[in-house]
Amino acid sequence: MNRRGPTLEIHTSPHISSGASVDVIMRNVVYALLPVAAFAVYSFGLAAALTLGVALLSCLATEHLLCRLAAAPSTVSDWSVAITGLLYGLTLPPALPLWMVACGGFIGVAMGKCLFGGLGYNAFNPALVGRAFLQAAFPVALTNWTQPLAPDRFVAVPASTFTPPFATPVYDGASGATPLALFKFEGQLTETGDLLLGLTGGSSGETCALLILVGGIYLAARNMLNWRIPAAILGSVALFGWVAHALSPQHYPPAEFMLFSGGLMLGAVFMATDMVASPITHAGCVIYGALIGALVTVIRFWGGMPEGVMYAILLANAVSPHIDGVLQPRVFGTGRA
Amino acid sequence: MLSVLRHQPGFAHGVHPPEAKEDTRDLRIKQFPFAPVMIVPLLQHTGRPALPVVREAQEVMRGQLLAEPDGDMSVAMHAPATGVIQRIALAPGVSGRMAPAIFLQPFPGSSQEVAEGIPCELHSATPEEILQAIQNAGIVGLGGAAFPTHVKLRVPADRTIDTLIVNGVECEPYLTTDHRVMVEQQGDIFTGIRYLLKATGAGRAMIAVEGNKREVANSLAAALPADLPASVHVVPVKYPQGAEKMLIRALLDREVPSGGLPSDVDVVTVNVATCAEIGRLLPHGRGIQERVITIGGPGIRKKGNYRIPIGTPLRFALEYASMDERVSRVFLGGPMMGQALSSLDIPITKGTSGFIAFTETRTAARHEFPCIHCAYCVDACPLFLNPSQLGQLAKAGQYERMADEYHLLDCFECGSCSYVCPAHIPLVQRFRAAKAQIRKRRAAS
Ligand code: SF4
Ligand code: SF4
Repeated sequence: MNRRGPTLEIHTSPHISSGASVDVIMRNVVYALLPVAAFAVYSFGLAAALTLGVALLSCLATEHLLCRLAAAPSTVSDWSVAITGLLYGLTLPPALPLWMVACGGFIGVAMGKCLFGGLGYNAFNPALVGRAFLQAAFPVALTNWTQPLAPDRFVAVPASTFTPPFATPVYDGASGATPLALFKFEGQLTETGDLLLGLTGGSSGETCALLILVGGIYLAARNMLNWRIPAAILGSVALFGWVAHALSPQHYPPAEFMLFSGGLMLGAVFMATDMVASPITHAGCVIYGALIGALVTVIRFWGGMPEGVMYAILLANAVSPHIDGVLQPRVFGTGRA
Repeated sequence: MLSVLRHQPGFAHGVHPPEAKEDTRDLRIKQFPFAPVMIVPLLQHTGRPALPVVREAQEVMRGQLLAEPDGDMSVAMHAPATGVIQRIALAPGVSGRMAPAIFLQPFPGSSQEVAEGIPCELHSATPEEILQAIQNAGIVGLGGAAFPTHVKLRVPADRTIDTLIVNGVECEPYLTTDHRVMVEQQGDIFTGIRYLLKATGAGRAMIAVEGNKREVANSLAAALPADLPASVHVVPVKYPQGAEKMLIRALLDREVPSGGLPSDVDVVTVNVATCAEIGRLLPHGRGIQERVITIGGPGIRKKGNYRIPIGTPLRFALEYASMDERVSRVFLGGPMMGQALSSLDIPITKGTSGFIAFTETRTAARHEFPCIHCAYCVDACPLFLNPSQLGQLAKAGQYERMADEYHLLDCFECGSCSYVCPAHIPLVQRFRAAKAQIRKRRAAS
């Protein structure tokens, strides 16, 4: 040690940290989504691969470009936009024209995230903002489904995929219907086993409930997802579904069908749990989850559309700050609750 | 009949930093040598500086009174060594600001025997006389707070104290001084408890030890004198279990009210090393002129627990303990709440529980992200505050709202929230700045 001593860095306490980091959390969410994405490609073939690829690229490019335009360092490396891109792609019908995919990706990230100020400030889940935009702009294309496990899925792409911008897509071949649509419009139930394993039609990533659950359990075990949110959503959907089915079995499907069909699993595990757009206290998360569950049931039972997960989550995102406002943690020493 | 060893559930929330105590916890307390010049600041505690009673060039004996308390919020200072007073002048303090101090040059050949005073007799002294003796012995909270102990022990007129908690939790990583004191000074601790029970009127004492020091708890429980109304309690290993409010909650299931003191729930807590010093000094009428500290961390080669004379310049202490020249960060106290130092030219004071040196730098690795609302901090805060919200308000400069709606002033800067934050937001630093602003504004209005 020389006389003047070493050069010392000065930081205020604490001088150690747990090592947790935003980019690590985000990266792990991407890992948890990978099996779901892989199954989407297995089930829907090239069409899903292209949809996911374009969704991911359009989101990444949008964030990167908008950061550059704002003369700020690009935030692509924090991995959050990768989650948005993947999630967004997984909510789309596999045969959606790619130009629409790109449009929705741009809108989702630009309007749903960057406009609010980027990561941490987005009031809504950006993937769902993109999806909601498409649903409003192209309602027909968004409800056109392909059959899962089509024999030529790895060699051919549905004609609609390469529809040029602003042209009306042409659908060829056998179009499939989602289990929810089958029930709503034809009164036909799908086997729970098929729903769990993903042997049904639907958005590319919403079909395999089992892989979604595995990803969710992985994240919950690493404390990167608040399990109370999916638990509350699924619990309330199951409860409402069970009551309705018990009252009128011919009008309402059984609870297990409600749980494993449509986008509920993907939404409950990966969308509603977006940390930024969900409440901060555990009690708040339970209320938020129950609210989503109730909205999903109401839309599915009485709404015009077969599915309501997306709007339910977006609505609950809007309510989330108010839940936080009302439900602050009880401060130590201020009287027991 | 009191059972002597009990296991308790802990408090809610908190964090689990690596304990990092293996290197020093089994090392016996060693006497530290005398530096060529000692610097004894007149203000080492919360309150008013002591008033010097010696003059320049005067010869003093080790343990002799150097300065006497200036009013109630003040304590005495004693000579750390037999030697001569060089001068009374300004010296740099921990904060970097200059403050008056007594410079003392020890005599190399002296026997360094400690001066005796008038003993405080346990059996005949009144509670007020015991408090007086504690003040005259210069005793302050040795856990790091350096709050005058006699003030802390004084029971408000409208309250009675039923329990004395002796805090041996030492939940800060790296620090092992309380651990060693509990192994090596059990007799002093028990004597200290007798004085403290008498001074506060408490009917019983609870000694709290963390689960990572179970052998210590066992040996304390086995050594408890039969006539001492005390018990030993093992609490879970968790930070900040050693914080007063958390410990009272864990042992007695009582919540100190927001903005209140332990006496509001009929409890007094005293750090175990403080208790041991009381037991060691009062029977001989001596003053505190040395304390036990841990010198450790990756940047120290001769890690250990040392009984070090108060006023030893840090630079001397580090040369003796052989500090790595690559050291990049140093702080007084533990890594969760310790104070970073910009300079090594300050003395060890009564509130210094440890000195930790790190060699790796952290600036590069700490990119700050926006708050992602992950709630890690909310789940960590032992006081159930909302650090996320507080952090956002601090950024927006809404200090009054932080205090009025979000209980900022309850925050005791334990560091748990910053420790877990994946966005690397310097929450505690912001809270400290916000509190300073609020205090300034309130003082002005
Ligand atoms: S530093 Fe303050 S806000 Fe942060 S965890 Fe500790 S008490 Fe809570
Ligand atoms: S831990 Fe950090 S990122 Fe997470 S909610 Fe708290 S302040 Fe925000």
